[in-house]
Amino acid sequence: MTPTYYLLLSALLFTIGAVGVLVRRNAIVVFMCVELMLNAVNLSLVTFARINGQLSGQIMAFFVMVVAAAEVVVGLAIIMSIFRTRRTASVDDSNLLKY
Amino acid sequence: MTTSGAHSWLLAALLLVPLLGAVVVTALRGNDHTAKLAALAFSVAEFVLAIVSWVNFQPGGDRLQQGFSLTWIPSFGVHISFAVDGIALVMIAVIGLLVPLVIGAGWVDKLPEGRTKGGFFALILLEQALTVGVFAATDVFLFYVLFEIMLIPMYFLIGSYGGARRQYAAVKFFLYSFLGGLIMLASVIGCYSMAVDELGAGTFDWAKLVQVVHDAPLSTQIWLFFGFFIAFAVKAPLVPLHTWLPDATAEAPIGVAVLLVGILDKVGTFGFLRYLLPMFPDASKELAPLVLVLAVAGVVYGSLLATGQRDMKRFLAYVSIAHFGFIALGIFSFSSQSLTGSVTYMVNHSIATGMLILVVGMVIARGGGSTRVADYGGMAKLTPLLGGVLLIAGLSTLSLPGTNSFVSEFLVLIGSFPNAPVYTTIATVGMIFAALYVLWLYQRIMQGPLRGDALLPGVPSAETPGTDGSGAVLTAQAATGTKKIVDLDTREKLVLAPLILLVVGLGLYPKPVLDTVTPTVDATMCQAALVDPVQPAERQVQCR
Amino acid sequence: MNLAAEVHQASGVAGAAWLLLVLPAAGAAVLLLGGRRTDKWGHLLGSATVIAAFVYGVLLFFDTTGQGTEDRLRDLHLFDWIPVNALDVEFGLRLDPLSVTFVLLITGVGSLIHIYSIGYMSHELRDRRRFFAYLNLFVAAMLLLVLGNSFVTLYFGWEGVGLASYLLIGWYQGKDFAATAAKKAFLMNRVGDVGLALAIFLMFKNIGSTQYDVVFDKIGQQSTGVIVAIGVLLLLGACGKSGQFPLQAWLPDAMAGPTPVSALIHAATMVTAGVYLIARSSPLYSLAQAGDARLVVMIIGAITLLLGCIIGCAYDDFKKVLAYSTVSQIGYMILAVGLGPAGYALGILHLLTHGFFKAGLFLGAGSVMHGMNDEGDIRRLGGLARKMPITFITWTLGYLALIGFPFLSGYFSKDAIIEAALAEGGTRGWIFGGIALLGAGLTAFYMTRLLILVFLGKPRWENLKSADGRSYHPHESGPTMTIPMIILAVGSVAAGGVLSGMLPEWLEPAVGKLQEEHGPLSATVVSVLTVVISALGAGIAFLLFGRGEQPVTRPQRVSFPVRAARADLYGNHLNEALISRPGVWLTRFLVFVDNRGVDGLVNGIAAGLGGSSGRLRRLQTGFVRSYALSMLGGSILVIAALLMVRFA
Repeated sequence: MTPTYYLLLSALLFTIGAVGVLVRRNAIVVFMCVELMLNAVNLSLVTFARINGQLSGQIMAFFVMVVAAAEVVVGLAIIMSIFRTRRTASVDDSNLLKY
Repeated sequence: MTTSGAHSWLLAALLLVPLLGAVVVTALRGNDHTAKLAALAFSVAEFVLAIVSWVNFQPGGDRLQQGFSLTWIPSFGVHISFAVDGIALVMIAVIGLLVPLVIGAGWVDKLPEGRTKGGFFALILLEQALTVGVFAATDVFLFYVLFEIMLIPMYFLIGSYGGARRQYAAVKFFLYSFLGGLIMLASVIGCYSMAVDELGAGTFDWAKLVQVVHDAPLSTQIWLFFGFFIAFAVKAPLVPLHTWLPDATAEAPIGVAVLLVGILDKVGTFGFLRYLLPMFPDASKELAPLVLVLAVAGVVYGSLLATGQRDMKRFLAYVSIAHFGFIALGIFSFSSQSLTGSVTYMVNHSIATGMLILVVGMVIARGGGSTRVADYGGMAKLTPLLGGVLLIAGLSTLSLPGTNSFVSEFLVLIGSFPNAPVYTTIATVGMIFAALYVLWLYQRIMQGPLRGDALLPGVPSAETPGTDGSGAVLTAQAATGTKKIVDLDTREKLVLAPLILLVVGLGLYPKPVLDTVTPTVDATMCQAALVDPVQPAERQVQCR
Repeated sequence: MNLAAEVHQASGVAGAAWLLLVLPAAGAAVLLLGGRRTDKWGHLLGSATVIAAFVYGVLLFFDTTGQGTEDRLRDLHLFDWIPVNALDVEFGLRLDPLSVTFVLLITGVGSLIHIYSIGYMSHELRDRRRFFAYLNLFVAAMLLLVLGNSFVTLYFGWEGVGLASYLLIGWYQGKDFAATAAKKAFLMNRVGDVGLALAIFLMFKNIGSTQYDVVFDKIGQQSTGVIVAIGVLLLLGACGKSGQFPLQAWLPDAMAGPTPVSALIHAATMVTAGVYLIARSSPLYSLAQAGDARLVVMIIGAITLLLGCIIGCAYDDFKKVLAYSTVSQIGYMILAVGLGPAGYALGILHLLTHGFFKAGLFLGAGSVMHGMNDEGDIRRLGGLARKMPITFITWTLGYLALIGFPFLSGYFSKDAIIEAALAEGGTRGWIFGGIALLGAGLTAFYMTRLLILVFLGKPRWENLKSADGRSYHPHESGPTMTIPMIILAVGSVAAGGVLSGMLPEWLEPAVGKLQEEHGPLSATVVSVLTVVISALGAGIAFLLFGRGEQPVTRPQRVSFPVRAARADLYGNHLNEALISRPGVWLTRFLVFVDNRGVDGLVNGIAAGLGGSSGRLRRLQTGFVRSYALSMLGGSILVIAALLMVRFA
């Protein structure tokens, strides 16, 4: 088994996610893109675990998933409350926390 | 807990009594009077303990006495260990002397809105406990920790109880000292890692570190030396690291100024003796010219600036800067006379300058809080006793023979001369400046016709002095009765009497102090492999 | 020569010599600490302690003469003062003919002046006690100065008398000029003290001790450079204390103090301490290697001698003329001790006779001022001889003694100095001898001028009022004041004749044998010459001031030399231009540098940090996506760096 394709896919997904985070304004979409990046990383973790025949990479992937799930819970709650108070989900509109 | 030598309970008590006092006084701060009495009681008890400790100290005995040690952080070999040598002992005794006097002097001072006497005195007692700890610590890490913690009560003493620009002064004081301390921490860690390399296990024990470090190569020593030196030079303070002191002294309440100049600053020069010379002997010798230049510059620069000041408290700060120049000169001239001179200078400077600050505080209190020299004049006519004590304090400050300061200044100069004749000659010329600034201050405040806004509000000041002082102004003043300026009261006399006694007593018979200090100085010289320049064969000092 | 072996431990009467210090010191302490409670009897206690010290001094004198000539050098060890390893400064007393002589002078004249002060200070009853306390303090310090057996104890007394002098010059401290004069005196003395201190340091460095016996024992083994350096530095100390060139300017200003102070401190005792110092250090100055130092001593003495005379001729202030006269007479003494073994005893002799007549002259001046509403301007006096007969007679006797009238005190002491200076030989002898002779003429001139303007001629004060608006009612002073004047006048007349024969031999154990050398002129010729020149000076003064009316204010249109002399030969201008003003500028500059430069640098760093953080803060835009971009950029940079390290 060759890891090349898996890793290429992972890199592609990561890039799509990163670009999405940078260019999209909608908080929900940004959030999804972050998830995409995390999953891209998971993919490479699992790939390497498979190649090296060790379980630690897979365990790490589970950790990432758990963190991602927790993040979704908190993140969506924050986005919800922002949307409720400001009637918008654009990340550029909530810029009060600055100098 | 392990103890070394007898009477270690004394040192423990010396550390705990003021700490306990701080707690008790804080608890009592609701009732002003009780809190004041409690603070006084604890400080007097501390003084008595210090005297008992001195009596039980054997000058000819071990270097470090009355010690004890507890394990603190075993993995780094950090201990809470304390012990005293002759130098630390006399400094602790001076602290013990000054704190009750400072409390007595601050008995009726007005504090800023919302502050209590109890809180003020509790902080002073806390500061006392910490300084005693700094002088007695024999674990370098412990020393560093106390060296830094010591800043905190002082920060609040200046920042909460001081004058108009107290916040600025407190922050400046803190930043200067703290920065110096951090650089020292780097050197402390450096020493520790050298101990790890040499001994296999790290230690912060002072005596062991001395053994480890003092054979290090010169370049290493120089780096480590600078780390300690900058911290101590800020604290001492040496020119050009001195500018925090005038601000801090000017803004601090009088009693705090006494502690600041009289005790806290001595930690710097104490550090020169306890840490720099024994731990980095080669670097000390190599860099001595640098320190001597700074020292002599301090003498001249401090004196000249003192004569140029218009504010009495800033004046006092610059006077101290000049005196610290003398102390540094003595330490880095490497003779037992000059080193002993420097240690006695530390003691005598605390007494003489402490007294000068207290007396100036009494002048200021009578002038309605004005610290401008130009607001005063001819006061001796109204308050002859106050004039007399100001003169005595001044004469001691200018090192008149017969006062305590003469003994130390003479020892510093005569001891420094053989090794550093040029620097010593310049510093000796500083004696003229000392006379100039002291007599200038005395003349401006006490002599001449009665004048100045602080004494005669509403009367045009210095530019149009009243009469020739034959009393016309005085009677006009008495007639209007706008302000009553009284001479020393009993409380003030009680505060000043011990200081006057010591000024004259130690001037005529300094032997007890010299005999306590000299053996420790000899031991320090041995550790640093220094030999007296003037040493007749029959008086050879034997290193143990 | 091993001097150390010849110093004996004092015992018996001499063993109680500490009483000399303790008595007046205790008097001062009681009076200062006792406060107002001692007002009633303070002056009596003050005088009693000094008289008691004098009585003990006399006992000590007889005790010393009772010893064999070899046994007259005695030390009394009291306690270890500053012992640190090799440095062992003991607090001890040296009892030898030299110090005993001074003890008698100090306590003797001191007692007389204490008694005189009881009357003189009777206008100031409230503060008289404090005045006596300071006088006692002075006597104690002066005795320590002459009795100490090491240079450090000498230094203790040296600065102690400086303090007493400071306190007493500034006695009228409500007046700015008095306070300033006191400060000036202390500061100029301190300049000299630095010299003395450095000399002590040099002794410790090279000899390892500051005790007289050790220092004088080993000084001969030192290099010429060290010996000359110590000699010149000691001279600097002497210049400060004795008002010698270039540190003479404080002494005339010191006349701001009460007159008894001027008589005791600034004429008879303290200002002669410089002469004592050089005579005491005679083992050093007598060395052949110290020739250069001795020459400097002589030059300083000669310059001061002339300078004092010239300025004295132009002043119109009674006490300041006497002050400059003191400056010039001490110049004679310094010149004498600078001659070495040929002059020590002569210098001391002149010091003693001068102590009598100058104290008497000052007390006379005080008596005049006491009766004339403190008027010190001689142009406003005149014709007082009949109003104050005792003052006039005693003053005139002192005057005659000072100008060297044959067979009065000054004749014996001053002539001997002139003769010894001439005997120095060669050009040097002619120059110094000539200056000394010229000084004698000038002395006669200005003293005669003083005599005429104050006591003779017509009273010029009759239609004038003093500064405080009172008219003058001159009257003779009371017995507490006249009796000391009479005693001093007797001394002025007789002391020279009595002492000149015995003193050199008596001082021999301390300062060495008087080497009488014979100069180009015989003693008789010198005597006659001196008397003729003095008579000439006095005669010119009579011609100038003795005839016709003298103006009440001093003439303004005068020649350059007079103007220069009135301005102290520009000594004060020089100090002002060279030291005071540059000092003030330097101080102002440094204050500026400290506030703006050193402190400014620190505050600048703080301000710079604050400012740059203020600008950096702007990076926090609040846009999440820009943060994300910078995170990405940062991560890429880190990864790139890692890869570079890995593969490069």
